[in-house]
Amino acid sequence: MRFNGSDTYVATEDLKLAVNAAITLERPLLIKGEPGTGKTKLAQEVAGALRLPLLEWHIKSTTKAQQGLYEYDAVSRLRDSQLGDARVQDIANYIVRGMLWQALTSDKPVVLLIDEVDKADIEFPNDLLRELDRMEFYVYETRELIRARHRPIVFITSNNEKELPDAFLRRCFFHYIRFPDKETMERIVEVHYPGIKKSLLREAMEVFFEMREVPGLKKKPSTSELLDWLKLLLAEDIPLEALRSKDRRTIIPPLHGALLKNEQDVHLFERLVFMSRHAR
Amino acid sequence: MLAGFFLKLKDAKLPVSIKEYLTLIEGMSKHVISPSIDEFYYLSRMTLVKDESNFDKFDRAFGEYFKGVESLAGMEADIPLEWLLKQAELNLSDEEKAKIEALGGWEKLMELLKKRLEEQKERHQGGSKWIGTAGTSPFGAYGYNPEGIRIGQEGSRNRSAVKVWDKREYQNLDDSVELGTRNIKVALRRLRKFAREGAPEELDLDTTIDKTARNAGWLDLHMRPERHNTVKVLLFLDIGGSMDDHIKLCRELFSATKTEFKHMEYFYFHNCLYDFVWKDNRRRHAERTRTWDILHKYGHDYKLIFVGDATMSPYEILQPGGSIEYSNDEAGSVWIKRMLDVYHKAVWLNPEPEEIWPYRQSIGILRELMAGRMYPTTIEGLERAMRYLSQGNK
Repeated sequence: MRFNGSDTYVATEDLKLAVNAAITLERPLLIKGEPGTGKTKLAQEVAGALRLPLLEWHIKSTTKAQQGLYEYDAVSRLRDSQLGDARVQDIANYIVRGMLWQALTSDKPVVLLIDEVDKADIEFPNDLLRELDRMEFYVYETRELIRARHRPIVFITSNNEKELPDAFLRRCFFHYIRFPDKETMERIVEVHYPGIKKSLLREAMEVFFEMREVPGLKKKPSTSELLDWLKLLLAEDIPLEALRSKDRRTIIPPLHGALLKNEQDVHLFERLVFMSRHAR
Repeated sequence: MLAGFFLKLKDAKLPVSIKEYLTLIEGMSKHVISPSIDEFYYLSRMTLVKDESNFDKFDRAFGEYFKGVESLAGMEADIPLEWLLKQAELNLSDEEKAKIEALGGWEKLMELLKKRLEEQKERHQGGSKWIGTAGTSPFGAYGYNPEGIRIGQEGSRNRSAVKVWDKREYQNLDDSVELGTRNIKVALRRLRKFAREGAPEELDLDTTIDKTARNAGWLDLHMRPERHNTVKVLLFLDIGGSMDDHIKLCRELFSATKTEFKHMEYFYFHNCLYDFVWKDNRRRHAERTRTWDILHKYGHDYKLIFVGDATMSPYEILQPGGSIEYSNDEAGSVWIKRMLDVYHKAVWLNPEPEEIWPYRQSIGILRELMAGRMYPTTIEGLERAMRYLSQGNK
């Protein structure tokens, strides 16, 4: 199994190497990077390219590690017992399988995405150490050991909201997705909007990268925002001239709301444009 | 060879472990990579370094260790003279060119530079690529580039030999350099503390089961409040005067704290804390808050953060009437002590580099007042400060 990028995803050399090493050595791959650089998308694309099913486990601040393994639905069992349901005798009826269980017992290898692991409680990664290392866990209620039939390919994404424990990090590979340079960005756009007018793309990219340079922005526009913006530009059929101007700093690009998502950023940007217009 | 590399990383203070080293060897033996130094760089980085703020350290250590290896592979680092010339001419103003002329002309300078370059190559590893970062070299002195002329291989003839680690793209993620908002936020996150507070709206399953069992099987539902970040912070910022140099950093620190904490109150002061503080610097004389009011209003569970360079005349701290703004009845030190009596968790963040602290009397005095809890505003210093603030909450 080798991942070589896909028709819809541009992977840099180092990213491909990281993915393939993680597959070969059967280690989870931890992915960090600026928001909107395609961390979550990576798992989906790898699953697609290798033709493997994808299981997604989205982590919230309230998620517990146990929920990824299984949950014992005690409340329904209690209710059933009070109604005299016959199923109540078998505790296995009330064990709800989590994503990790499903991934371990699947008939063929799967890609498991643990999305935004940093959202969870600080102890969350520690609670998964053994499970990720040995790919097995014990179900106390039914006294059975669940062991991986095939080790899943595990991707873990993090937005750096919390530090992850060292013991957890030692078990993972780590890749930091850098913000793409212009060249890579052009390839990414080409993949998403094949045949986009070269001239439009060039102008749009320049506006985009210039906007990223604006100091003091709370949230710099990212790849996904560029793609959305291009989609809008194409849909609205914005003429090229609107993007082009002698001094790009004096004009607010059309539909800039797709790039700047923060009210303060928009204000800041407009103020800068206004100032440079008057400075001349 | 790999063991030496591993130890080199350890020396560079990278948190690498034996387990990760073994993984790297496993990767090598399973032929995950082709025998190229670039791929080895990527593989070793992904197995050994788990934090992007360490990437720069890794790049440097890698560069130093494999310096010899590259030149063996025939990728020697000779710098085309034309390229240097071109680069420098682009960046120089006429005035600077005249200065160079006075020094014996461009040719001579380049000659010297080339010689210096060769000397450096032999003298110590890794240093050959950056010339004139120090003030002693004539190449840094004219300042065509604040970092001196940077001679990497990017522009050389041999494009394939561009070395990723030499680019040092992760330099700004290193934690000993100054802060950016993102970096600050990561450091501040240490202070997050979650606790359950407010209206009960979440089913407490464990208690429910327990209570139900005790209730002989009849459902007894229990609710509990959701978890929230409950850290409370009082931030005091020194403004004006000698702090002007640090204004950008303070602004970054401030914006990061503001988004990070729900219970955050900030006030400004000038040089040292006295009877009054203010919230809006433009209206500092019109809208003041009495320091007493703050002490009374905010409970002792608030954590106290001062930000200031603590650089002033010692009188401003120790003498009544020492303030440069107005005549204060009580000395600044009295006010600081009062604050510390109420707020047990307090730190002072100082944007001045830690090395110069011993040479400034006022810094020493304040540091003593703060019982040594003064930290520099680097990521590393901030982390130390946050670690102190978050531990042992009473």
